[in-house]
Amino acid sequence: MSTTITGPTTLRITVSVNGTQRQAEVEPRLLLVHLLRDSFGLTGTHVGCDTSQCGACVVNLDGQTVKSCTVLAVQADGATVTTIEGMARDGKLHPVQEGFWAKHGLQCGFCTPGMILSAAALLEKNPDPSEDEIEHAIEGNFCRCTGYHNIVRSVQHAAELMRRDA
Amino acid sequence: MFPSSFAYHRPASVEEAVALIGANPDAKVLAGGHSLIPAMKLRLAMPEALIDLNRIDALRGISVNGEVTIGAMTTYAQLLDDAGLGGRFTVIHDAADHVGDVQVRARGTLGGSIAHADPASDFTAVILALGARVTAIGPEGERTIEADDLFVDLFTTALRPDELLTRITIPAVAGTVVTAYAKHAHPASGYPVVGIAAMLTMEGSTVSAARIAVTGATSKATRLTAAETALTGQAADAAVIDRAAAAAEGLEINGDAYASEEYRRHLVSVLTGRVIRQAIARAT
Repeated sequence: MSTTITGPTTLRITVSVNGTQRQAEVEPRLLLVHLLRDSFGLTGTHVGCDTSQCGACVVNLDGQTVKSCTVLAVQADGATVTTIEGMARDGKLHPVQEGFWAKHGLQCGFCTPGMILSAAALLEKNPDPSEDEIEHAIEGNFCRCTGYHNIVRSVQHAAELMRRDA
Repeated sequence: MFPSSFAYHRPASVEEAVALIGANPDAKVLAGGHSLIPAMKLRLAMPEALIDLNRIDALRGISVNGEVTIGAMTTYAQLLDDAGLGGRFTVIHDAADHVGDVQVRARGTLGGSIAHADPASDFTAVILALGARVTAIGPEGERTIEADDLFVDLFTTALRPDELLTRITIPAVAGTVVTAYAKHAHPASGYPVVGIAAMLTMEGSTVSAARIAVTGATSKATRLTAAETALTGQAADAAVIDRAAAAAEGLEINGDAYASEEYRRHLVSVLTGRVIRQAIARAT
């Protein structure tokens, strides 16, 4: 079905975020990252460069990672979104979170939510990635303090944990 | 950064989209949005309306049946996931695998890239090398445009303002056809400072036909006809490849703060030689 709205008029959208159906009244120009942070209070998704380069705003949208600073909130209408807040389940960290914790994959933590979402998407497709494959998969996520060495080790550790539990 | 206000249209069919484009001359068509939304956030683009094509399923998909037809809204990720396409035209995987990053490839579309005609788009050169054609639909119906006639200038194509690009068709090929793409990427943006795409038809070690195109160095993606001529009908030995690479230099080339005209000219020649060698290596 087609939809038309004229700004500044708003549209009511429904998005499944971390397993919960949520609704919001949005202007067409609202970016997905601001819907998540400002309307839903999910501030784990960060705004870094705001130019779709750095990946601090990466979330999973219908099974693919996207830069939520470069997707309109209205485009997520009817979609399923996972943010960093949705990674841990029943009080247990996601294996990728555990990997970052065990292998010191973060210092300041600003890039970490995006890194974890990107790494988790890689491991869904490729349970045993090589170092090169990990680097290629996190190309869109910039870290400016930890350095990528420990991040790659974190992802490798997560892959091991996931293969062990599979 | 926030875009200025706009009306939002989300058509469910191509016909509806074409009607909306006709009725909203100041609207922009939203494909993957990875060029348009950043431009809107910087207020370099302030369209009155967006016509979002993302819910039109008919514009997505790849069919391989002699010729290859790719829906305009097919994403780079979908191009990469299609093993049949990658097996036949390696150049598509070569290029798609290095567009932006995983997240850009999840959203960015082939049709969007071509219609935007960024002088540093990877795929403008790829479709030129493949001898593809595009289909556009407007109020008067469909027409096809050869890739050779599509790129007019910087960010300018032969598409009319009331037309929508719907699909890209790569003609069927016969014999031993090999393709490749090589680029020197800008270290920060990943865009090609220079990118070269090639499709060669081989008869034994002889190149019986060649299509080679450059992007990044010129104001629009352009065929390297001198290099093509230097190769065609020749046994592709080192001397012939070097001659073709040297012939690629004779173009009007742009320089900028990152890469001078002279440096880009050098890269055009180096990458032309490299891409020819890569393609030929795939014939064996």
